[in-house]
Amino acid sequence: MILDKLTARLKSVQEYEKEPVPASRHKSWRSFLGMYAGEHTAGTEFVIGPLFVAHGASAGDLAFGLLVGNLLAVLSWAFLCAPIAVKERITLYYKLEKICGKNLTVVYNLVNALMFCFLAGSMIAVSATAVGIPFDIPLAKLTDWLPSHVSWVIIVLAVGTVTTLVATLGYEQVSRFANIASPWMILVFLAAAIAVLPELGVKSIADFWPAAESKIWTGVPLEGQSKFTFWHVMFFAWFCNMAMHIGMADLSIFRYAKSWKAGFTSAGGMYVGHYFAWLASGILYAVFLQKSQNSLEFAPGPIAYYAAGITGAFCVIIAGWTTANPTIYRAGLAVQAIIPNSKTWKVTLIVGLVTTTAACFPALVMRLLDFVALYGLVLMPMGAVIFIDFYILPRLGLKSDFAEKAGIGINWAAAGTWIFTLAACLFINFSFGVEIFFLGLPGWFVAVVLYIGLSYLFQPSKQLKPNLS
Amino acid sequence: MKRTLTGILAISGLALTLLPSMLVFSGAISTQTNKWLMGIGMVLWFTMAPFWIRRAR
Repeated sequence: MILDKLTARLKSVQEYEKEPVPASRHKSWRSFLGMYAGEHTAGTEFVIGPLFVAHGASAGDLAFGLLVGNLLAVLSWAFLCAPIAVKERITLYYKLEKICGKNLTVVYNLVNALMFCFLAGSMIAVSATAVGIPFDIPLAKLTDWLPSHVSWVIIVLAVGTVTTLVATLGYEQVSRFANIASPWMILVFLAAAIAVLPELGVKSIADFWPAAESKIWTGVPLEGQSKFTFWHVMFFAWFCNMAMHIGMADLSIFRYAKSWKAGFTSAGGMYVGHYFAWLASGILYAVFLQKSQNSLEFAPGPIAYYAAGITGAFCVIIAGWTTANPTIYRAGLAVQAIIPNSKTWKVTLIVGLVTTTAACFPALVMRLLDFVALYGLVLMPMGAVIFIDFYILPRLGLKSDFAEKAGIGINWAAAGTWIFTLAACLFINFSFGVEIFFLGLPGWFVAVVLYIGLSYLFQPSKQLKPNLS
Repeated sequence: MKRTLTGILAISGLALTLLPSMLVFSGAISTQTNKWLMGIGMVLWFTMAPFWIRRAR
């Protein structure tokens, strides 16, 4: 009986992958506020906040860097991604198919799905550090890459299985779960940080800033960690979700929005999750470092458990879920675009298995800042392609959605843009020593120039389908 | 009436999550008491909020 109901429910999951979302399914800004606040007050926050401490960001650099970087991220969602999403109302993958052609979209989707799997995997790993508390698993170190204990692998597999099953139920379930958990998680982050402040010598509000500068964000990196400045913090805050806003992955989310202004609801995620939650988790980690005398061991679960007891541990588990769920779902959409006739839930299930396997490796957590920056950078050029294709090409007398109109499998202008932009970023990185956190900005302009230039080169040589051109 | 009651209980859960930490900060309660109160707050929120939100919709 229950199985029949579940099967019926799974069959009814209809996500409009290949058609514009109808008006009856549009959602108000509140739905997105809940989703963004939930998604960005999540498992990654328990890792990123501490990693800023480990990389020796100073208190001033962190406070102002996050303020500016998050503002730039919100503006990117509101002015770059959301307007295109509400005009087209189709998934990123279908839009790419129209611009780039089926074959190139397959390549993009494979890369995208793999990146999503790794990101979701890191969140499953974060949840597993909390689930593993009763089993007293040895903590991984900041320098660890491989799993150190078999019990760790077993716990990761269990957490990954549950997360995947929730994700198979689709966007509605994910959104509902995030909406309920989100306000509670935000308060747990705040409460845990407030409760441990006295251990850092903060007895009144006036004590906070001096303690922040001398005991939390001291400006001195831990052993083996690089030094972060204001610019590292600002660019990381801006680009950590680059794949979503500038890279246009959230076309798939905002296609449900009534208005493009829903893009501003990302501020809920940025300033609550990527500001206060990062600061809060940094405070928790500073207490851990003080107690452990700057140990290189790192596990968000035990850190939160120390500050908030069983509530802290549950918060880490749920925070990991609310990030992993939509990310697995997005990866499912990416793979489904490759196999159009497959069921959403079946694809999501397979993606979840890959994700869970990746989650077994602690490197995903310990090098999360680098991975997040790489993930945004790799997908960014296609976001630039969509932006230019939508706004600029028609004004230059060139065709938007060229692959669809020309009936070609690969739009070489888009393919060239992607490859040469990443090559240019690699060149800047190797030749000038520019760190990965900063490459997105010059890379976007390189992609814009390349796509316009290559479109001039490739478009006139193709005979457009008469009925579509 | 039911919606009001579930709403009050759900909000109480959130209050029990945040407010005790401020009492720890001011030295009024111990960290152990804070952890218990946060636990009760968590149970209240997750048992009441789904019904409260569903009724509100």
